[in-house]
Amino acid sequence: MKISSSTRRRSTAPYLFIAPAVLLFGAFLALPIGYAVYLSLRTVKVRGLGLGKGSREQVWAGLSNYSKAVTDPDFAASVLRVAAYGVLVVPAMLGLALLFALLLDTPRARARRFSRLAIFLPYAVPAVISSLLWGFLYLPSVSPLYFVSDRLGWDLPNALSSGSVIYSVANIAVWGGVGFNMVVIYTALKAIPTDIYEAAKLDGCSELAIAWRIKVPVVLPSLIMTFVFSLIATLQVFAEPVTLRPLTNTISSTWTPLMKVYRDAFTRDDLNSAAATSVIIAVATFVLSFGFLRLVQNRAFSQEN
Amino acid sequence: MTTTLSAPTTRPSESIVRRRGRKVGSSPVSTAILLIGAAYCLLPVLWVLIASSKSGTELFSTFTFAPSSHLFDNIADLTAYRGGLFWRWMANTALYAGVGGVLSTVVSAAAGYGLAKYSFSGKQSIFNVLLAGVLVPSVVLAVPQYLLLAKLGLTNTYWAVLLPSIISPYGIYLARIYAAAAVPDDVVEAARTDGAGDFRIFRSIASPLMAPGLVTVFLFQFVAIWNNFLLPYIMLGNDKLFPLTVGLSGLLNQGAAQPSLYTSVITGSLLSILPLLALFLTLQRYWKVDLAAGAVKS
Repeated sequence: MKISSSTRRRSTAPYLFIAPAVLLFGAFLALPIGYAVYLSLRTVKVRGLGLGKGSREQVWAGLSNYSKAVTDPDFAASVLRVAAYGVLVVPAMLGLALLFALLLDTPRARARRFSRLAIFLPYAVPAVISSLLWGFLYLPSVSPLYFVSDRLGWDLPNALSSGSVIYSVANIAVWGGVGFNMVVIYTALKAIPTDIYEAAKLDGCSELAIAWRIKVPVVLPSLIMTFVFSLIATLQVFAEPVTLRPLTNTISSTWTPLMKVYRDAFTRDDLNSAAATSVIIAVATFVLSFGFLRLVQNRAFSQEN
Repeated sequence: MTTTLSAPTTRPSESIVRRRGRKVGSSPVSTAILLIGAAYCLLPVLWVLIASSKSGTELFSTFTFAPSSHLFDNIADLTAYRGGLFWRWMANTALYAGVGGVLSTVVSAAAGYGLAKYSFSGKQSIFNVLLAGVLVPSVVLAVPQYLLLAKLGLTNTYWAVLLPSIISPYGIYLARIYAAAAVPDDVVEAARTDGAGDFRIFRSIASPLMAPGLVTVFLFQFVAIWNNFLLPYIMLGNDKLFPLTVGLSGLLNQGAAQPSLYTSVITGSLLSILPLLALFLTLQRYWKVDLAAGAVKS
């Protein structure tokens, strides 16, 4: 993939091609990360009543913001909540995405074009809007689900009560993500040459065995990639609970770690704590994603040179 | 699958699969599962379509799936809300997603091409650093991005949402794969022999070859910006600059105290998803372009 590297070694062209990306990356990714780390190590010291010029100054705080964040019961609760939410969302979303992708790849299924489009459709709906729509569907007074269960004499629990709200939020995420992941897996399935299946058929493999023994292993790299992306998205859940908040009082302002960061930074004006919490979330994301990628031997994100 | 056809070396086209499908008969279970999935995904969209035709009182008093005739009244109410603020949100969203998406695609294409078609020192480390950016959660960026832009006096302006949206590590990653796959080295070499400069080659030869892939990068970024909530939520205080997501979320918030706004929220939700649905249906085929190209290769 190299173009006459010997003669063009001194060309500035490649640097000019990547310069805009590198500059923007530096300004909007690297610099903010550095700044967040810096802020997380500082604290505001208030003298007297904190009024007047010079009464508030930034001083080094060491790791005190971190210890404050880690020991904050609100933070621990939000982390546990998001862990439970992730355990609900990721397997359900990817499991359904894989199931639908495999079914789309089966010539024996009907209505495939329609289903593919319908299942992919939620990807076009912003998380805020889908939370809005589901929020109304969760309200017993307007929801068709409650109407039907009422007629059937069932007693559905309130979807937004404290016990079930996590399932309700998880459902929105699954609804919004299943189609996109399905397309990614389906695309990978399409890349498999069919003669493999023919050979397997001749060897007496059933459709199910082909799916399990050939298709799933082949799309494993795609599954790994979708898994990592889902994990990152899960740790950042924000729009759905924030949108649902007006409809219920079971979602606190620190319901997820990101909501806590927002509250600390913009409601409490405690940027240093917010920065420390963000850094913790970022490190956790990195450790989880890289750790997982390592575990599966970097099968996803492989490069071709 | 049937054994009557000779084994093709490449994947048969959709129509052949369908023809073969008819020969082997259908599987009602598979079809049923797919249709249940489709129904689940269509339910909220169907609901908003019907709910936005209802008046405020009908919303809470009539059967959910019974349509009414107030759609145009509701649109008129929504339009009247604070002098057409909703349409301004719509225009803002189109601006953020459209301009941001185009700029992001151009930047990604150039970077992807540079990384795929040249060898230069530091190339691998630059690529690795850019790639690591895919894993950076936006949360860690949000607060310091806000502070940095505040220092420059850019918060609460269009720039605050546009500028951070241009850089897309995933877009660069995809563009690099498309450049490597779609632009043959000898074509570039031939153009060079004919005396074309590096930028001319990129603009007139490489870009058209990468075009189908770049449409995917654009769509990907367009949807990501259109759907974005956190960044504009943090950056903007003036509701005239809001995109739809932040605007409608705020409207729902007010609706909790003033339920008459609920019909406007619902109608606004319907109107806000229509443009993206239209975009999806018209550009459907581009989603078949290898979204996960890199992941499939290994």
